Amino acid sequence: MTKVTINQLHKDDLPWIIEYDESKCIKCGRCSATCSFGAIKPAIEQRVKSGSISEKNKLEKVIVIKQEIGFANHCRGCGMCERVCPNGAIRAVRNTDDRYSIRYRSETAESVKKGGRSNLNTEGRTLDKIKVGRISQMTDPSLDALRHTFELKTPFGRVLSADKLGLNNENGKMIETKTLPPNRWIYPIIMGDMSIGAVSWRMWEAMAIATAYLNEVCGIPIRMCTGEGGIPSRLLKSKYVKYMILQIASGHFGWNRIIDAMPDMVEDPAGILIKIGQGAKPGDGGMLMANKVAKYVQEIRGVPKADLLSPPTHQGLYSIEESVQKMFLSMNAAFNFRVPVAIKVAASVTSVSVYNNLLRDPYNIVGGFFLDGLAAGTGAAHEISLNHTGHTITSKLRDCYKAAVKQGRQGEIPIFAGGGLGQTGSFAADAFKLICLGANGVFSGRLLLQIAGCVGNDTERCNACNTGLCPAGIASQDVCLTKRLDIDKVAQNLVNYILATDLELRKLMAPTGCSSLPIGRSDALITVDKNVADRLDIQYVC
Amino acid sequence: MCRIGAIKSKKNIRPSTALKLMRSQQEGHDDSGFAFVMQDIGGIFETYKDLPILSMAATIEGTRLAEDILHDIGFTRVLQWTPDINNKQGLKINPMPNYIFEVLAYPKSHKYATKEEKEQLLVDTSIRLRKALDENHSGYIYSFWNDVLTLKEIGSPKDIGTYFNLWDDDNELCAKIITAQCRQNTNYGIVRYAAHPFFLEGYTVLANGENTFYEKNRLYQEGLYKGYLGFESDSQCFLYSLHYVNKILKWPLEYFMHTVFPLSYNDIDKRNGTEKEILLRIKASLSHLSANGPNTVLGVLPSGNLICVCDPKKLRPVVIGRDSDTVIMTSEVAGINDLMPNRDLTKDIYPKEREMIVVDDNLKIERIVQ
Repeated sequence: MTKVTINQLHKDDLPWIIEYDESKCIKCGRCSATCSFGAIKPAIEQRVKSGSISEKNKLEKVIVIKQEIGFANHCRGCGMCERVCPNGAIRAVRNTDDRYSIRYRSETAESVKKGGRSNLNTEGRTLDKIKVGRISQMTDPSLDALRHTFELKTPFGRVLSADKLGLNNENGKMIETKTLPPNRWIYPIIMGDMSIGAVSWRMWEAMAIATAYLNEVCGIPIRMCTGEGGIPSRLLKSKYVKYMILQIASGHFGWNRIIDAMPDMVEDPAGILIKIGQGAKPGDGGMLMANKVAKYVQEIRGVPKADLLSPPTHQGLYSIEESVQKMFLSMNAAFNFRVPVAIKVAASVTSVSVYNNLLRDPYNIVGGFFLDGLAAGTGAAHEISLNHTGHTITSKLRDCYKAAVKQGRQGEIPIFAGGGLGQTGSFAADAFKLICLGANGVFSGRLLLQIAGCVGNDTERCNACNTGLCPAGIASQDVCLTKRLDIDKVAQNLVNYILATDLELRKLMAPTGCSSLPIGRSDALITVDKNVADRLDIQYVC
Repeated sequence: MCRIGAIKSKKNIRPSTALKLMRSQQEGHDDSGFAFVMQDIGGIFETYKDLPILSMAATIEGTRLAEDILHDIGFTRVLQWTPDINNKQGLKINPMPNYIFEVLAYPKSHKYATKEEKEQLLVDTSIRLRKALDENHSGYIYSFWNDVLTLKEIGSPKDIGTYFNLWDDDNELCAKIITAQCRQNTNYGIVRYAAHPFFLEGYTVLANGENTFYEKNRLYQEGLYKGYLGFESDSQCFLYSLHYVNKILKWPLEYFMHTVFPLSYNDIDKRNGTEKEILLRIKASLSHLSANGPNTVLGVLPSGNLICVCDPKKLRPVVIGRDSDTVIMTSEVAGINDLMPNRDLTKDIYPKEREMIVVDDNLKIERIVQ
């Protein structure tokens, strides 16, 4: 009997198995050279010589491609080997009987880490159960998406109620009597927020180019959030910084450079986003593993090459009131009260309390509420957080909006919703529905990566952003891997996708008779799911 | 489509004039109701301009309930006028048992009250009456204000006119301003409250079209002021927005237009510094009062000025015709042709999109382009 090693990691423990057809392989080596994870390597195997009849010399050595068996270099199913193979000799096949998560924990005493978004997929997608059901036909005719004028702009910044605007009627002429918090009119989609570090500088640059192009050439006032990782000085000192929302999170990464650049800045940034939490891993801080901390990442962030773990909370912010004070003193003052300061939190059972507190803040300084749902993506997280913590975006957005309505303060702190938008194909539909439910706008990060070529999906494919070995060169700082990404092509794809989304948004606004954004127009939505209808207070249909 | 009309004259006019104005536009409505508001009233009410007139329709129980509430607050009846009913067979009308139009004196407690205090008393009393009548479905209160009289009824406008003897030019009702509509609300339930014109604290509004942002408007207005009630029609939102902007915020009239039909950001961006800043503040702050059309709005202000406002889509018709004594704003020119066949046609005005027309007491017309 042959000895079987049960307790060693074996190929059938892994989530993906390499299917290799030796007869088609020409031994060119492209597949193994391409695999960023080192999951396949050339190897020598023995074969019985064809036609051999003697016992002696009956075996011959052949070169084959062999799957590596290990936690660090197992196959993620990215499919790059299949892409480069000239003969279709190799591909990754999903192993439905894998035992990886059990083996990893039992062997390493570590939690599983990954990138991407939750792969548990138990929640179902509420947004897909909602349809746009109120179609204008006769009493308020449908508009023409291609010919009518539509305004896709939303305020970003603190909005005050009409009686606090400081507008006085003096003999029939309106005059302003006070300065108000800054407010910008922007496109209802915000790109980001992913840091230089989490994504490659090439990916980040492509997003920045697309943002500038959409603004300067296409007339779409879209904004991009930097993520917590700083921003190149050259961009800070250029006029294009006006399209960037600078993020500050608990690690404060990159802010030394921003402060240094302030005297030389020629434009104010579009806004400041204080990240308190994120939907993919609420309660966790940022997590940039050392292998992604390239030299330029070190320079921008001012850090050594080490795992960069942002704390779960901002140091010193122990209450909402204190958070508000900090924002008041630091971020608003930093740009002399000319730049809206917003806050980003993970959707949570407690989101309404947070939103209410901000709404009632007497200093009126919070200029936006970014609510991030559990289907959001991340560059690196513990799988336990990714799959098992967080709150769905749709009902929590609705709760926050309705809390504002109850106080007659809807729109005073614009809500931007994100987390898993475009997950099932249509970003525009998701955005439109969330806007109808009360969002002023939406934000998306993961989708942008997929537009750029990310092959990861929500059924355990790739999602190895945390390793720094992204086979698409998107979530990596490896020079060879990032070269795979064509910056101009990615920028073009991003621009095209936003243009398509813009058209599709108009294709939803037109039949509902809206020439401006239908913020809070929940009467336009219907659902065949009674529970969804009851929870969101929209019309149930059958 | 709704057909709406507003008449302002230097001389007293009668409800029959409003009926005639709407009759020739009959093909554009469904013959389902008739409602009018009279302001700057003449005839038997002329001598009571400083006292409020209660306009209501109620059951006997509702009438008693209302009388008890008014008595409880301290109002005393000065004059009651009941229309002369012609209840002949075959009229297409669904009448209420009682129609009450009465002039009331303010309670003694308000003898030295300011104008504002008196107005608040009328608003509070109206709300209390409405709630009481709503609770046991015993009637409708249309207006309770100085120098204003309202009637709303379900049925054929012609037959409603016959029932109330409104065709008779010798009846006692006349006023210098009459606004009217010949149709019940079609978008939502047919209830008397849903018929235009809508009235609140001296402001009267009628609207042709559908308010696409009704839901947003309603949710915002419900918490804005105690008098913003009902919402049986999406067009009521225009009344409340007008009232809010002009009366509560005390902003100039043109800002009503900037609130319900805000200019696009790109258009505002072209304005000068101060104006741009003001318009952007309003656009952001009152985005939940924007209406998004398609609408033509007619209205009467507490000053007695008539207004007409056209939305940016300009999908709903309106025309203004005039002679030396009278100005008429209405949906179709056919109505004006019937009443003023000999007017100077070249003086007719067809307002453009984003235009507001204001007619003052001297019938002087001001055109304000947004």
